[in-house]
Amino acid sequence: MPHIRISSPHVQRPTKTADIMRLVIIATLPGLFGMTFFFGWGTLINVVLASVMAISLEAICIKLRRRPVLFYVRDNSALLTAILLALALPPFAPWWVTATAVFVAIVIAKQIYGGLGQNPFNPAMVGYALVLISFPVEMTRWTAPFDLNGNTWEVLGFADTLTVIFGSWQEIIQAHPYIDSFTSATPLDTLKHRNGLTVEEVWQSSEVMANVGAWYAVSLCYFVGGIFLIYRKIYTWHAPLTLLITLALISAIFFAIDPDNYADPLIHLTTGATMLGAFFIVTDPVSSATSNRGKVVFAAGIAILVYIVRTWGNYPDALAFAVMLMNLCAPFIDQYTQPRSYGYKKPNSGQPSKENHS
Amino acid sequence: MRGQKIVATDYKTLTINGLWKNNPALVQLLGLCPLLAVTASVVNALSLGIASMLVLIGSNFAVSAFRHLIPNAVRLPIYVMIIAALVTSIELLMQALTYELYLILGIFIPLIVTNCIIMGRAEAFAAKNTISAALYDGFIMGLGFTIVLVLLGAIRETLGSGTLFADMHLLFGPIASTWKIVIIDDYVGFLFAILPPGAFVGLGLLIALKNLFDQRIDKKTGKTSTNQVLRLETSNDI
Repeated sequence: MPHIRISSPHVQRPTKTADIMRLVIIATLPGLFGMTFFFGWGTLINVVLASVMAISLEAICIKLRRRPVLFYVRDNSALLTAILLALALPPFAPWWVTATAVFVAIVIAKQIYGGLGQNPFNPAMVGYALVLISFPVEMTRWTAPFDLNGNTWEVLGFADTLTVIFGSWQEIIQAHPYIDSFTSATPLDTLKHRNGLTVEEVWQSSEVMANVGAWYAVSLCYFVGGIFLIYRKIYTWHAPLTLLITLALISAIFFAIDPDNYADPLIHLTTGATMLGAFFIVTDPVSSATSNRGKVVFAAGIAILVYIVRTWGNYPDALAFAVMLMNLCAPFIDQYTQPRSYGYKKPNSGQPSKENHS
Repeated sequence: MRGQKIVATDYKTLTINGLWKNNPALVQLLGLCPLLAVTASVVNALSLGIASMLVLIGSNFAVSAFRHLIPNAVRLPIYVMIIAALVTSIELLMQALTYELYLILGIFIPLIVTNCIIMGRAEAFAAKNTISAALYDGFIMGLGFTIVLVLLGAIRETLGSGTLFADMHLLFGPIASTWKIVIIDDYVGFLFAILPPGAFVGLGLLIALKNLFDQRIDKKTGKTSTNQVLRLETSNDI
């Protein structure tokens, strides 16, 4: 189901859901590579764990619902949900956080509503938001990125990362007494809790902000994956581009007015979940708005909500909440942004009308 | 005319209706505000359940006793005044006997006035039936409500804080202080279960479970009676 309308002739091989999902999964690979390169093995381990769990849970649910298991599991949608979820979670999130998130995403947010195509909310974001609310401490286990310039910081090795995820972090401290910390704030978090400093002073003093290049690089990886998907016509440019432009515009306005208190647009676009969200979450064909105009409204709403929560809310990032709130609005947006049907002068406005026919 | 129609005075039917078939929380979905708000632990759920049950018994009794004297046109304000008087008494009692619990439950004790179950039973049952039947109906409906509250409280307390029957001494006095069961040691706490969304999901799962049981029973007996949901009659003599 490519979402780009093409005029006839339509002689093509039908695109299967599984093929689309596989392409999106391939498009996440640069991001996965970037995360693993800069933040250590945690993301990769989380992806494997989440994928195994998601596919097993999906199979169990479909079995319980007495549907053909292989047919549905083969559509790769559970795998994609798991990968997106794992990419969103902090690299050192304990295994049970990942497990809870996957369970909620697949069982509660997807299968209870009736499986792929019936879910009103983006499953990955439901799982993420639930663990973010439930386990606030564990969800801060971000690590400082592998330093590009010097050797001041090294990411934990593979075995140590396994210990952190499946055992406890105290064991790591005991095994390597020289480690005094292995987690670190994210740039958005640092800019949010400035302790009275201006943004400029935070940039100069904070170690987190000195390593911000790694976050730029990871975002670039997601961006490349997203461009690949637009090139392969999996989705149109409307939703991702609107999100990025709206977020850039709002942050530019506030940054221009008061650069001491508001982060610049580049930070908003390239740290946090913006790129992952713009190219992999907002473009979800099931839970987002349908028409091109609808997608624009949908993505702009998300961008505005993200900026509001990031700047004045309690959480440093807000993509999951924003996406879920706009998921709620998607049917409403669809109602008012119906495209013009062939043979009609005006698009259906969403209100009952008497004479719309030409 | 009101007061002539006998709805159900068969005590066995009343029992089945209150506890299962027409359970206020699982089928009628009434009183959801306290149901969702205070069921974060067993002790909160049980205390609010008992308080609601006492009010329900009292209001059913009063409404039934005065059913021939209450003019049809102003019956709702009169019910509200009866219920409000009873809730005030319960609130004062709780303030005197279980002060800490009174502080914990806070606004949800006065809010029993607006609990739809109490108004619903007054209107649908007590106004049409004898005092003894109304008393029994109040008791069994209150019990059905309390059981669901406690069940939801137990699920949420177990998931949310890893304990069961914590702080029961607030309700039962010092003997109950040893009742606390720690189910999981060093539990990190699952905040979602404590917060209101967890109550929604928990209640949804309980309702699903009840429907599943109903389906099983129907399959065994070959009947489909449980699918016919008994509805509250909210008005009569239109």
